[in-house]
Amino acid sequence: MIDPVLGSRLQFALTTIVHIIFPVMSMGLAPFLVYFTWKDIRTGKPIYEQLRRFWTRIFAVSFVVGTVTGIVLEFEFGTNFAAFSTTAGELFGGPLALEGMMAFMLEATFLGIFVFGRDRVGDVLYMISAVAVGLGTWLSAVWILIANSWMQTPRGYELATENGQTIVHLVDPIAAYANPRFPWMFVHMQNAAVESVALFMAGLGAYFVFRHHVWGYSVENVGFWETTLKIGLVALLISAPLQVLHGDLYARHVFETQPQKFAAMEAVWETESYVPEYIVAFPTSLQDLLDPRAKDIFGIGIPGGASWLASGGDPQATIQGLNEFDGPQPPVAIVFWAFRIMVALGFWFVLLAVWGGYRWWRGELLEDDLLHKALMASTPLGILAVELGWIVTEVGRQPWVIQDVLRTSDGVSPGLTGAETTVTLAGFAVVYLGLLALYTYVVVRIIRAGPPEVDGPGVADPVETPASEVQVDD
Amino acid sequence: MTDPASLASEPLFGLPLAELWFGLLFFIFATFLFLDGFDFGVGALFATREDDDEREQLLAAIGPFWDGNEVWLVVFGGAMFAAFPAVYANLFSRHYLLMFAILGALIFRGLAPEMYEQRHDAAWQRWWGRAFIVGSLTAPFFLGMFTANWLLGATTIVTLPGLVVGLAVVALTVVDGVAFLRLKTRGDLREDLRTDGYRALAAYLVLIVVTLGYVYAAAPALRSSLFSAPVAALVLATLVLAGVYAAATLADRYYVAFGAAAGLVFALVGIVAGLMYPAIDRAGGLTVETAIVSTLPLNLMSIGAAVLLPLIFVYFAVLYSAFSGPIEAGESY
Repeated sequence: MIDPVLGSRLQFALTTIVHIIFPVMSMGLAPFLVYFTWKDIRTGKPIYEQLRRFWTRIFAVSFVVGTVTGIVLEFEFGTNFAAFSTTAGELFGGPLALEGMMAFMLEATFLGIFVFGRDRVGDVLYMISAVAVGLGTWLSAVWILIANSWMQTPRGYELATENGQTIVHLVDPIAAYANPRFPWMFVHMQNAAVESVALFMAGLGAYFVFRHHVWGYSVENVGFWETTLKIGLVALLISAPLQVLHGDLYARHVFETQPQKFAAMEAVWETESYVPEYIVAFPTSLQDLLDPRAKDIFGIGIPGGASWLASGGDPQATIQGLNEFDGPQPPVAIVFWAFRIMVALGFWFVLLAVWGGYRWWRGELLEDDLLHKALMASTPLGILAVELGWIVTEVGRQPWVIQDVLRTSDGVSPGLTGAETTVTLAGFAVVYLGLLALYTYVVVRIIRAGPPEVDGPGVADPVETPASEVQVDD
Repeated sequence: MTDPASLASEPLFGLPLAELWFGLLFFIFATFLFLDGFDFGVGALFATREDDDEREQLLAAIGPFWDGNEVWLVVFGGAMFAAFPAVYANLFSRHYLLMFAILGALIFRGLAPEMYEQRHDAAWQRWWGRAFIVGSLTAPFFLGMFTANWLLGATTIVTLPGLVVGLAVVALTVVDGVAFLRLKTRGDLREDLRTDGYRALAAYLVLIVVTLGYVYAAAPALRSSLFSAPVAALVLATLVLAGVYAAATLADRYYVAFGAAAGLVFALVGIVAGLMYPAIDRAGGLTVETAIVSTLPLNLMSIGAAVLLPLIFVYFAVLYSAFSGPIEAGESY
């Protein structure tokens, strides 16, 4: 039997890691769908109707799976983290309730019109529905991140003991909810969602463009996929550089407000100045590989880099080491690597955007190129970067569930048994991995089916038929 | 708007906000049970239809609505967390496995119609059809068990009244589902559904009488509440509404029958709330007054709810009017 504390942590980790994929897809797709709907209504061009209908199908599946996996998360606070819920309910429950009433209701009701109602309602109401759905997905993130950012940098509360239990009382709502962390998290998250969908679009477009123009298969609707590739590239050119610049400033904010997390991100044990930024780092002894306290790291580092990152330009700045913090430490190896891979992916996306933009500018976007392969391989990497970012955020603040206020181990439901935790953890492992497989399967089917047939002249044919084109049935 | 500084000390306009939130919580729960209830009922009735075309009509009927309907459960959870966090924590952790059974059922119920429409081959549709039926039957059943345990302060998951109330809620969702489908369908299907509605209504009345008898005989703590004016009035209202439902169904007064079904759901949830008050978590020893959050967050939430709940009804009005009337040929999920 798994210990209830460990089991609850694993279960929450598993359910959030799977769940986040679907809101990333819907939040990222939302602005594209608003744009496609607008252009469809304004221009009446078939390509926009195709884009709207094709991506709406993916949005709808993402939303359904996001709903069913998300309801579980809301109730897991009560089932598995009852002590946390009792302690923090006054500050934490409000944003969750407001998410339901303000965001989720808007999104879910207008989604009915947006998905099923094109023939039932007029253009104006249809456009309003698209905006309402998009606004709903983004507002949902506002309230969830208000709640989460309060746990990262808690403000505006007082502690009291009632019936032997520590209770957090709300005293200053502005300080609590207009939290210093919130704007950082929100911009980083929303841009990450748009960037993830941009990568998804660019990779998907590249796949069909590559098949048609390079391999010479006859791909139906190739014009649709060319447009998809271009739209993905444009969005990537905007979002990828922004994410890297913003991430740099965000890391500085983390250093100022959660020094323990920052030290874990850099695996700094002793307080030092002129700390290098390790690109890679390994313990010199194999025994230390999984020991987060391993000090003898071998690595390649930029001298003063971490100090420079933390202070915003001073390579001599001092970084507080993990050994200065009392009590348990976060699992440093996980945080260190998740952060590094996320940052590396962020730079890779910038490179992809610039590379693609350059080829496009040269008029070579459709030609045989390593670029297509790179884009195809990067299709799911935006979502991977989001997952890694959340791992840095959530694992990095351990052992705290509310930074410096409540430890995660003290937030677990007191009466929970090992048997109960084991049963639900095993059940959720099966159901959630099954859901993930099913979602992938359905999305692949939607992609295979391609854009819907629409009235009108159809999408533009490719500018010229490639010389290498061979008719192959597929 | 009162003076902002007083938000931390005095309830808004001196209103009894703890009691209002207790009422609001059950109102939200009843709204969920009525709206998602007909989705559950449609899932149960799906089992009785063999014809592919009829099955498609059943799915098309709930297609645009179920997502919005189910959000009421999320709002219920959020409202309970925000207003009565100790109840949220105690109740859900005490019913640990039952909560996950409800969530598991909702996963299948929510996923199945979307999946059913993804592929049009027999084996795929058979299995997702079954998932839809099983999810639609177990979700209200477990919700009924949960509610009975909550009311009676049971500390074990499987109790006799829990099972009876579970079945009663399943029957009620079928009553609800029939009323909804008779608005959304035409012809033979609409005629055939009438019988399903009568049977489910009869089963519901029997099960509710058994439950109230059990409360009288075996739950002395609740016996006096049973004869309090609000509860007695709601029991009486249930009988009247059942009569209205049956008569309206016979006379093809579809909207009247649908309204009566709504009334039956709200009456049931009202009976539960009336029996429970002033406790809100009997097993945890919590009353409405002891479990409510402090004044400042309560006032803020009350302002939020006062603004947002009417807006939500506007959204629902827009959605339901856009898809009013029987489904047209060619409309699919």
